[in-house]
Amino acid sequence: MLSRILSGDFPRSRVLTAVLIVVVLGLALAPFVFPGARALNVAAKICVFIVLVASFDLLLGYTGIVSFAHTMFFGIGAYGVAVAITRMGPSWAAVAAGVGVALVLSFALSLVIGLFSLRVKAMFYAMITLAVAVAFQTLASQLSDLTGGEDGLSFKVPELLTPSFSLSETPFLGVSLNGKLISYYLLFAATVLLFLVMLRIVNSPFGRVLQAIRENEFRAEALGYRTVAYRTASNVLSASFATLAGALLALWLRYNGPDTSLSFEIMIDILLIVVIGGMGTLYGAVVGSAIFIIAQNYLQDLMKLASNATSGVPVLRDLLHPDRWLLWLGLLFIISVYRFPIGIVGKLRVNAWIKARAKAMAAATAKGVS
Amino acid sequence: MSGPLLELEGVHTHIGAYHILHGVDLQVARGELTVLLGRNGAGKTTTLRTIMGLWHASAGHVRFDGQEIGAQSTPEIARKGIAYVPENMGIFADLTVRENMILAARGAKNAEEIDAKRLEWVFSLFPAMKKFWQHPAGLLSGGQKQMLAVARAIVEPRHLLLVDEPSKGLAPAIIQNMIAAFRELKQTDTTILLVEQNFNFARQLGDQVAVMDGGRIVHSGTMAALAEDEALQQRLLGLSLGAHQ
Repeated sequence: MLSRILSGDFPRSRVLTAVLIVVVLGLALAPFVFPGARALNVAAKICVFIVLVASFDLLLGYTGIVSFAHTMFFGIGAYGVAVAITRMGPSWAAVAAGVGVALVLSFALSLVIGLFSLRVKAMFYAMITLAVAVAFQTLASQLSDLTGGEDGLSFKVPELLTPSFSLSETPFLGVSLNGKLISYYLLFAATVLLFLVMLRIVNSPFGRVLQAIRENEFRAEALGYRTVAYRTASNVLSASFATLAGALLALWLRYNGPDTSLSFEIMIDILLIVVIGGMGTLYGAVVGSAIFIIAQNYLQDLMKLASNATSGVPVLRDLLHPDRWLLWLGLLFIISVYRFPIGIVGKLRVNAWIKARAKAMAAATAKGVS
Repeated sequence: MSGPLLELEGVHTHIGAYHILHGVDLQVARGELTVLLGRNGAGKTTTLRTIMGLWHASAGHVRFDGQEIGAQSTPEIARKGIAYVPENMGIFADLTVRENMILAARGAKNAEEIDAKRLEWVFSLFPAMKKFWQHPAGLLSGGQKQMLAVARAIVEPRHLLLVDEPSKGLAPAIIQNMIAAFRELKQTDTTILLVEQNFNFARQLGDQVAVMDGGRIVHSGTMAALAEDEALQQRLLGLSLGAHQ
């Protein structure tokens, strides 16, 4: 049963299993365990990023394609919902229309980009995607009638998801059962579902061919696989999942603008999370997103505590001042890349594998088999 | 159908500005093992890569089973039942032995769909594959990687097997193992074109032999004839091959 849900792709490391359980339980119980609007926002952002980063890993980690246009597809999803609701009013039909149009647009764009540019060398593909993404960002901020320009669009969501909608008058475990809560669980459920679908894809025969292409494209061709078709399919799939992540973000924030979904900073965040979590392991997206976004949001608070605690020590007090948080975040990244060059998940899995092999070897030697 | 399974006629191949093959004429007879001998840089690997469509011939014909394949793409050629074991083995290091094998058995979705009898037979040729079935292929030893590369090429019945220097860098004991495996493979009537520098290895397996030099075939005949004629060996293969014996 569990094997079916996870498509046979178990964490394969006890530490990793424990970390994943903590993250999933933390997200599932977030509204009850971590009360407050800010904590819930962080949890929601982690959910969106899990989908977004996993979809990028499908491309970078599993197929070995470097693309900088991923936030463009993320933005298309977010704008799709935002524009549709602004035009059609806060109804589910508008949400469906927005998501539908966004998916079609992403599909077409990623197919065209893929067919035209996946035949060229990796470096040129990266440059082309960068150019297209920048063009799209400019377009989004210029078409202000449609997209709200730099200000973006604030909109209402269907009533079920608004904070004023109430399931029951009495709070449950100290949490009021309102639309915001429903909104969060909708997001959480969508994240779980989309993640499991992606896990199924990468562990399918199709996913195995993608990994073969990543490792040795000529070899995959010599086995009889049309690699351009597979690479294009991977491009399209990845773009579709990013679009859905964008739609989820817009629904949660009830706002979308260029900085929330299209900015290049998000692209850099995605890259960092994939590398820290571990390329080519979807679980890396879960672990990486959780660590990264928690660090991004809470490092300043932590440093405030540390700075106050060390207020008597001259240099340390200044070093730990909350305004220096970006310095420490940067240091954390450098350390993690040095310490886990194949990502946290990659490292944990290799460790577990080496341990298992040592055990097997010891058993074999004991039996007298070399 | 009669006639050779694979036929190259006046094949010229350029790699960038370099003219590598200068009119190769080669015939690979059905059900036989043909060895392509020659020193470094003679064009042996380029010949295999041209057959596989990884380089395209600039002139001449490549015919497989009487059909021109010179202009076809690599996946199309592979789907005709030609398997290629490159010199660098080209195994997928991050994938397990099992996943490598499933990829090679194109029709199979998972290990259960690989013909079980065939798989047992591959295991009997290369027992290490069974032992390390679930291990990442990148962690195998050099000899085991070579075995995996060959095992992957034969996991499904193929019409033609192109193998590039399977003995390269292997310990003598493992070479013997490899020879035994190829002998077994010959029993199944698979046509094989084997590129080698190690004459001793080649002599034990070849039915036919072709010798390349400077991008041309300079000699072809039966292996038995070449093995007996030491003067011819001396002339064709020189001292560079003698070192391997």
